[in-house]
Amino acid sequence: MKSAIYAGVSAAAILMGAQGALAQDAISDGVVKIGVLGDMSGVYSTGFSGKGAVDAVKMAVKDFGGTVLGKPIEVISADHQNKADVASATARQWIDEEHVDMITDLTNSAVGLAVQKLASDKKTITMNTGSASSALTGADCTKYGIHYGYDTHALPVGTATAVVKNGGKSWYFITADYAFGHALQDNTSEVVKSLGGTVVGSSDVPLGSNDFSSYLLQAQSSGANVIGLANAGQDTVNAIKQAHEFGIVAGGQQLAGMLVLISDVKSLGTDVAAGLQFTSGWYWNGDDASRAWKEKYEKFSGGEAPTFPHAADYSLTMAYLNAIKAAGTDDPDKVRAQLGKAPIDDFFAKGGRIREDGLLVHDMYLLKVKSGGTDPWDVADVVRTIPGDEAYASLADGGCPLVK
Amino acid sequence: MDPMIRLILAQGMLGLNNGVFYAMLSLGLAVIFGLLNVVNFAHGALYMLGAFLALIMYSYMGAWIGMSDLSIGFWPSLILAPILVGCFGMLIERFMLRRLYKLDPIYSLLLTFGVTLVLQGLFINFFNASGTPYPGMPESLRGVVNLGFMMFPKYRLFVIVFSILVCFIVWYVIERTRIGSRLRAGTENPELVKAFGINVPLMVMLTFGFGTGLAGLAGVLAAPIYSVSPLMGANLIIVIFAVVVIGGMGSIAGAVVTGFTLGLVEGITKVFYAPAANTVIFLLMVIVLLVRPNGLFGRQG
Repeated sequence: MKSAIYAGVSAAAILMGAQGALAQDAISDGVVKIGVLGDMSGVYSTGFSGKGAVDAVKMAVKDFGGTVLGKPIEVISADHQNKADVASATARQWIDEEHVDMITDLTNSAVGLAVQKLASDKKTITMNTGSASSALTGADCTKYGIHYGYDTHALPVGTATAVVKNGGKSWYFITADYAFGHALQDNTSEVVKSLGGTVVGSSDVPLGSNDFSSYLLQAQSSGANVIGLANAGQDTVNAIKQAHEFGIVAGGQQLAGMLVLISDVKSLGTDVAAGLQFTSGWYWNGDDASRAWKEKYEKFSGGEAPTFPHAADYSLTMAYLNAIKAAGTDDPDKVRAQLGKAPIDDFFAKGGRIREDGLLVHDMYLLKVKSGGTDPWDVADVVRTIPGDEAYASLADGGCPLVK
Repeated sequence: MDPMIRLILAQGMLGLNNGVFYAMLSLGLAVIFGLLNVVNFAHGALYMLGAFLALIMYSYMGAWIGMSDLSIGFWPSLILAPILVGCFGMLIERFMLRRLYKLDPIYSLLLTFGVTLVLQGLFINFFNASGTPYPGMPESLRGVVNLGFMMFPKYRLFVIVFSILVCFIVWYVIERTRIGSRLRAGTENPELVKAFGINVPLMVMLTFGFGTGLAGLAGVLAAPIYSVSPLMGANLIIVIFAVVVIGGMGSIAGAVVTGFTLGLVEGITKVFYAPAANTVIFLLMVIVLLVRPNGLFGRQG
């Protein structure tokens, strides 16, 4: 009797296994799962990650129709608390147990680098919008890792060039003390030096410091005419705010934020941020398609305007789902190949393409803060469009070991 | 002025500004330890509680009770929040700590550490870990003052002056008045003081409330400078304990003087080698413990 039951159970198991294998041909596990792994509560939770990023991905899934190749699309999210170990543990669990097919957001370069490596080892695609380090598609590039939106090479090309050409020749950096801040400082220093400027010093500041005053004073006494902020999110906001409190801007030194989002400008106020120039992967008031998308997004997420990482989250979700559709499968190798084939040209990425090192090359924008915009989020003008090939390092210069 | 001297003065001012919080917090700890022999590990969490109460009264409370116009500003908060924190402290003393006086002091230390974890967990749950700026800085304290060697925000200057005043008053009350002498006598020999008709348990409870209220006061003062976050106290408490150890456990004047001095030392270290600023205090602690195990102002034996 007992053995009969075992036989029946094993037969059923074999049948189910066969069914599973059939479904695997098109969509593994019968569902496409997208994981949004971001900073949901810390310094990057507004603008980069948080609800805004999850909403952008969800909206793309909805606009795509909710299914791909007849199978449902599911979005899950988690808070990595800006800790690479927490992020790695979550990613491992997502891939091994939840069968997540693609992980996105990944704000914070320490997290981005760790998860991209881990996911690639497990043959899982990562599409990184949040973290900036150019190492993601340089020295640490992987077969399944894609960097979508911007990087530490593209940011200073617009901003630092404009500042140096305006006479800002000597720089002092206030740098977020981890992979991202150091990469951004190095890349910016290269731009400054190539234009004949000098770097007179720098202060490394732990992520999430509230008090920048002592670092700002060091910057002030260095005599540099530009204080470069190689940080992001709430850190940038605090540094700019305190530079005003301590009369540093009034004293004649100029601030140059290397990674500023429109949400940062809004929280500072256009009077405090007046004149600030910054480089962005996208601006909602750039063209009609972007304005229309922003309006739709605001309705979807309930009022908050999108930043460029949010727009990138939407754009990449669309690109990923379209690639599954075109490839006829969610097999990571085929989807990755398809993503490299099709050009990406939507409201977000103009003339974009994903290279073999994983980098999305697309046009960037130099923005300048203005006051008196028509919309509360209309905080800047586009000063210059930076062509993708100028903004990003070439495939050869990027240094990805996978590129032969 | 020589730029080096100017930088030293400027970083010194910022150091003094941090020293204010070291002094106010270690003062509360010293009062509690000196009179109750309790190492209050919850002190950082109560400081955080003070800052959050100010934030809640300014930004959230109105909406919570359905009167969205209601907002309690900085000045009333400066009085109300410390009183509330003090009451909370008294509840802890009355219902939890009091049961542990007969046991080894390690038990009260563990209890207060537990209180810290619970408070932090609750606030992380409701306000998330990142911190919220306090928008209620009074109009009269906005802007900067030119000190000659630097531009210094008015508010920070106010905090320095105000705190020095508070520290002096506390020291004076405990060391130089009749209430203070009763307090000290009560802890030396409770039975004898009881015999004089003084309610010792009540006095101990009020003392604990007072010490924790000081932490709350420091929290309110900190709110407009730093963003209000559940971990703001945890980041500080280790330094505060170093201050108390250097000053001498239980010495009121020692805590205050050491607090301000260490803030200054930390600030000036930033001029010469910034990465050492966070460790210089602990280096000093090691040296002081080697040379004077009872701390700089500690009573012998």
